[in-house]
Amino acid sequence: MEQTIRKKRHYTSGDIIFNIINYTVFTLITLSCIYPFYYMFINTISSNQMSANGQINWYPQQIHWKNYIDVFQLSGLPQAFLISVLRTVIGTVTNVLASAFLGFMFTQKKMWKRTFWYRFVVITMYFNAGLVPLFLVAYNLHLTNNFWIYILPMVVQPFNIILVKTYVESIPASLQEAAEIDGAGIVCIFTKIILPVCSPILATIAIFSAVNQWNSFQDTLIYITDSRLYSLQYLLYTYINASTSIATLIKNNPNLSGAAIANLATQQTPTSVRMTVSIIVIIPILLVYPWFQRYFVKGIMIGSVKG
Amino acid sequence: MPHTIETTGTTSAVKENTLHKRNRLQSYKLFLLILPFLALLFIFSYLPLYGWVYAFFDYKPPLKLSQCQFVGWQWFTYLFSNPMQISELGKVIVNTLAMSSLGILTSPLSMIFAIFLNEIRCKPFKKAAQTLATLPNFISWVMIYSVAFALFSTTGMVNNVGQALGWFSEPVHFLDSDDHTWLAMLLWGTWKGLGWGAIMYLASISNIDQDLYEAAKVDGAGRFSLMWHVTLPGLLPTYFVLLMLQIANFLTNGLDQYYVFHNSFNMEHIQVLDLYVFLLGLGNGSYALSIALSMMKTIISVFLLFVVNTLSKVTRGESLI
Repeated sequence: MEQTIRKKRHYTSGDIIFNIINYTVFTLITLSCIYPFYYMFINTISSNQMSANGQINWYPQQIHWKNYIDVFQLSGLPQAFLISVLRTVIGTVTNVLASAFLGFMFTQKKMWKRTFWYRFVVITMYFNAGLVPLFLVAYNLHLTNNFWIYILPMVVQPFNIILVKTYVESIPASLQEAAEIDGAGIVCIFTKIILPVCSPILATIAIFSAVNQWNSFQDTLIYITDSRLYSLQYLLYTYINASTSIATLIKNNPNLSGAAIANLATQQTPTSVRMTVSIIVIIPILLVYPWFQRYFVKGIMIGSVKG
Repeated sequence: MPHTIETTGTTSAVKENTLHKRNRLQSYKLFLLILPFLALLFIFSYLPLYGWVYAFFDYKPPLKLSQCQFVGWQWFTYLFSNPMQISELGKVIVNTLAMSSLGILTSPLSMIFAIFLNEIRCKPFKKAAQTLATLPNFISWVMIYSVAFALFSTTGMVNNVGQALGWFSEPVHFLDSDDHTWLAMLLWGTWKGLGWGAIMYLASISNIDQDLYEAAKVDGAGRFSLMWHVTLPGLLPTYFVLLMLQIANFLTNGLDQYYVFHNSFNMEHIQVLDLYVFLLGLGNGSYALSIALSMMKTIISVFLLFVVNTLSKVTRGESLI
C-alpha cells in the first residue's frame, strides 16, 4: 500500500483518468482483434449441433476434435491444402533466391548497362497494365489453369531486389574482392559469400513472401477454373458462399455420414466446415507469427524504400 | 588468352586491348546471368502493356487480333455514351473516390494509435497490444470475410447474442444489405490495417531525440503538451510520406476486399473501380471495355504519382520514388 502511494505521487488526477481511458481503449482494440479467432476456434471444438444453433459464444462446450479429421475427408480439401503448401514453398524459395541473386548482381558495376536494367526492373513497381491484359498474356502462354501461374509472376519482385541491393552495398566490398583474387567466379561468390551474409534480409523477404503466397486469393480467382488447382483460400471462399452445397457435399460423402449418424454432436454442419477450414487456414500464420515480429519494421521498409 | 600476350612480346597497347576485351566479355556474361529473370519480368510487367491495343479493337476472344475490326476510340466514348452507362460508371467512380477519401481521412488513426500506445508505461501490455492489433494484417481478405460471416451473418454471433438479450426481435442483415456499406468497408479496412500502420510510427517515435522531451519537461510541459508539441511534430514527416503514397494510389482500392464482400444486395455501393474492371472483363467477357478502363486508370495513377512526387520534392526537397 505504501509503495503504491509513493508511486502515485508522480501522477496527477488527470494522469490517472488518462491512463484508465488509454488502457481501456487498447484493451478493447486488442480484444476485438483476437475474439473473432477465439470465437471460431471454440466453435470448431464444441458440439456441432450447439454451434449450428448459435449457442457457443464465450466458451467451448462438449469438446471434441473430430472436425479437424473429418474436414480432410471433404472432397477437394486435401488437394487444395497441398496446392497451397506447394505454392507457398516453391514460391518462397524461388522468390528469395531470385531476389538475392538479382539484388547482388545489380551491385556489380562491371555489368553491361547495369543502371539501365536496374531502372527497367524498378520502374515496374509504378505501373500496372491491368487485369485483363495480364490475363490475356497468361492465357496465350497456356498459364491459365496451370500451377505455375502461382509461381512465375511472383519470382521477380522489385521491392525485394532493392532491399537486397541496399543490403549488399552495406557490406564491405573487400569480401568479394578477396574471393575474386582467390579465383572464385561470380556464381561461387554468390552462393558461398553473399547468400550467408545476407541471411537476415533474406529471412525477412522469405517470411513476407510466404505469407503473401499463403494468403493469395486473387490469382486463383482470375486464372483458375480447374477445381484441382484451387488454393485453400479460394476453397474457403466457396465454402462460405455456398453453405447449402456444403451440406450436400457432407451428405454425399459415405465416410462421413456413417460416423455422423452415430453422434449428432460431431456431425458436420456447414458452420462447422466453414469454421474448421478457417482455423486451418489461419494456423500457419499464427505459427510463423512469433518469429515474424522482429522483421515487422524491415517489412514495412520493403513497401516504402526508395529505388 | 593470356599466353598470346606473352608470346607477342607485350606492348602495353595490346595488353590494354585484351584486358578491355576481357572486361567486355565479363560485363556481357554478368548481364546474361540475369537475362532469364529480366525476361520473366518482361513477360508479366511489360508484355501486358501490349494488351492495351485490344482496347482499340472489337475483340472477340477466340479470334486473333488481326481478324478483329479496328474501332479506334469507340470503347472510350462508349463508356460515356448513354445515360445508363454514365450512371453506372458514375456510381463506380463515386464509390472509388469515397472509399479512397475515407481511407485518407482515417489515415491519422494509425498515428494516433502509435502516440497513445507510446504513452502506456507497462511494457508487457504495450507489447501484447501491439502484437495482437497487428495480427489482422496478416490474414487474407477471405479469412476476414469468414470472420465477418461468423460474427455478422444472420446466424452469426452478434445476431445470436442480440436476439438472446432481446436487442432485436429478428435477425439483422449486416452482410446481405446495402445499409452503411461504405462504413462497413472502412471499418474492416481499419480493423485490418490499424496496428500494422502504427508500427512505422512507433519506429519513428523511438527515433525522436530524447533531449527534446527533457528540454520540454524543463520548460514545464505536461504529458499532453509533450504528446502534442514533441511526439506529433516528430511523426509528421512520416505521416506526410505515407499520405503522399496513399494519394498516388487513389484509384487503387484493391480487388480482394471488395470482391469477397460483394453480393447482389450491396453492389450499388461496393463496386469500386478494381472490382468493376474485374467483373466487366472476366465476369462479362467485355475485354476491350475493361482494358480501356484499366488503361485510363493506369495513366491517371502514373500522373498522380508524378504530381505527388513533385509535391514532395518541392516541400521536402526529397523525392518519393
